[in-house]
Amino acid sequence: MSIQNKALRDPAWHERLFSTWLLVAVIMACLYVTEFKPWTLLDETSLRATRQFLASFFPPAHDVVFLKLIVVSTWQTIAVATAGVTLALIVAVPLALIATRTLSISRIGSGRVALVPKIIRNATRGVLIVLRSIPELVWGLLFVRAIGLGDTAGVLAIALTYCGMMGKVFLEIMESQDARSTDTLLINGASRGQAFLYATLPSCLPEMVSYTVFRWECAIRSSVILGFVGAGGLGQQMDLSMRMLAGGQVVTMLAAFVALVWVADVVSKQLRALLD
Amino acid sequence: MSVNFSNVTVRLGRDADARIVLNAISLSLNAGEQVAIIGPSGAGKTTLLHTLACAIKPVSGELTINKEIPWTLAKLALHELRGRIFLAPQSPPLPPRQRVVNAVLAGRLSSISTLSALLSLYKPKDAALAFAALARFKLEDKLWLRCDRLSGGERQRVGLARMMVSQAPLILLDEPVSALDPALGLSALKTIQDEATARNATLVVSLHDVQLARARFARLIGLKAGRIHFDLPASAVDEATLADLYGAEFAEAAGMAKPNAAAAELPSVLAAPAAARCF
Repeated sequence: MSIQNKALRDPAWHERLFSTWLLVAVIMACLYVTEFKPWTLLDETSLRATRQFLASFFPPAHDVVFLKLIVVSTWQTIAVATAGVTLALIVAVPLALIATRTLSISRIGSGRVALVPKIIRNATRGVLIVLRSIPELVWGLLFVRAIGLGDTAGVLAIALTYCGMMGKVFLEIMESQDARSTDTLLINGASRGQAFLYATLPSCLPEMVSYTVFRWECAIRSSVILGFVGAGGLGQQMDLSMRMLAGGQVVTMLAAFVALVWVADVVSKQLRALLD
Repeated sequence: MSVNFSNVTVRLGRDADARIVLNAISLSLNAGEQVAIIGPSGAGKTTLLHTLACAIKPVSGELTINKEIPWTLAKLALHELRGRIFLAPQSPPLPPRQRVVNAVLAGRLSSISTLSALLSLYKPKDAALAFAALARFKLEDKLWLRCDRLSGGERQRVGLARMMVSQAPLILLDEPVSALDPALGLSALKTIQDEATARNATLVVSLHDVQLARARFARLIGLKAGRIHFDLPASAVDEATLADLYGAEFAEAAGMAKPNAAAAELPSVLAAPAAARCF
């Protein structure tokens, strides 16, 4: 090999080659562990079952009594999501306030946060991690056991998980904004709450509202899933219809669900547009 | 409030890149006194004001405010003391979406409860107070506007109106008129000084415009490279003193322009008569 060829050799090439094969190996291992065999979908038995299920979708159920039930369940789903997100918001904002470093008063002067506030702050972050690391489905199962079937379980499940997520994101939003307006008020003797209300909040409000609306959209989808474990709303009805193999009802509910998500999307877009 | 610095040294930055910004400053201000701090960029004027506001802790020396040593106070008492000191930073950081009325009323947060601060956000309680403060700077028509609708000069005056609603007996202003045209700057400075006199508040102002400082203040403190270069009555500050403070270029440029680029864009309203006298 000539000297020139050596000089032209890309020093990063081996590394790149290695990481590509590593990625391929990891994905193969994952597919093996999950027994990913999509061709079983095309088996004679699978195809027959799918065909039967799809055939039962038609005609979609459309009697007045059933449609009324759908309207009520949809409304319940929206209510569960809204109530859950509202509860989450009420808890998440104070937790984020406690955990935010930019609102620290002990930091003024030396730039270092004092020990006790640091412990409180980290403990609060820990609480937020625990809250959001347990999926709402698990909370849902837990609450259905504890307080029985119904919407309340759904509201609590969403409130707990979403409180963790929203608290964490609010915290990041507040810490990433320009801290000077907050600092100025703290230096002039404002309390943490006051500095939040008059400097941090006006700077962060659009982002926080936008994220809350996005979460509300997610909560609507979540509350449908929670319905399957007995936490009320559209999901619970869908679960019942599936058990009864009433495909016509399932397809009507799916249509209602798509419409609901679409409406949520439109509403959240409108709300975000209002902020500018 | 009376203030006393005795051998105060301030270091900024952490560990390896820490550098001394104020070096053994000794200085005393009587209650109700009004002084201007001048000096080249990077001399430590802003740091001096922040140290006075108890926003930066000195590494050595002793700062006394009203016969109390702030950094030996309990945390609550220290923060309560901060509430009695008003610091307006250069180009006041106002949240873009905040309305002017709330930006101004933020000046009296330290004297009201958090609950009434919250209620006042919902329905501004002392709009009349904010209106009167803004009117002192000819900004009363901006009361209900959002801060991002204001020009730089208007924003600076909102910061000054905020000072008006605070009841602080120690007022610290960092370049309060740097974004204002000369006539407006002069009238704003007069308004500030009248308010300080009316309140019997101690007023410390950092200024780039040397002529303005000489015209409006009885006592000038020259700061250079973190040290007090001079602390003189305005009448004793002559061209030689200033040339020494700002460096050789100042003396050369003095006849034509201001020592500082920002000030050079805005010829001082006082420059014409003062220049004849001084340079």
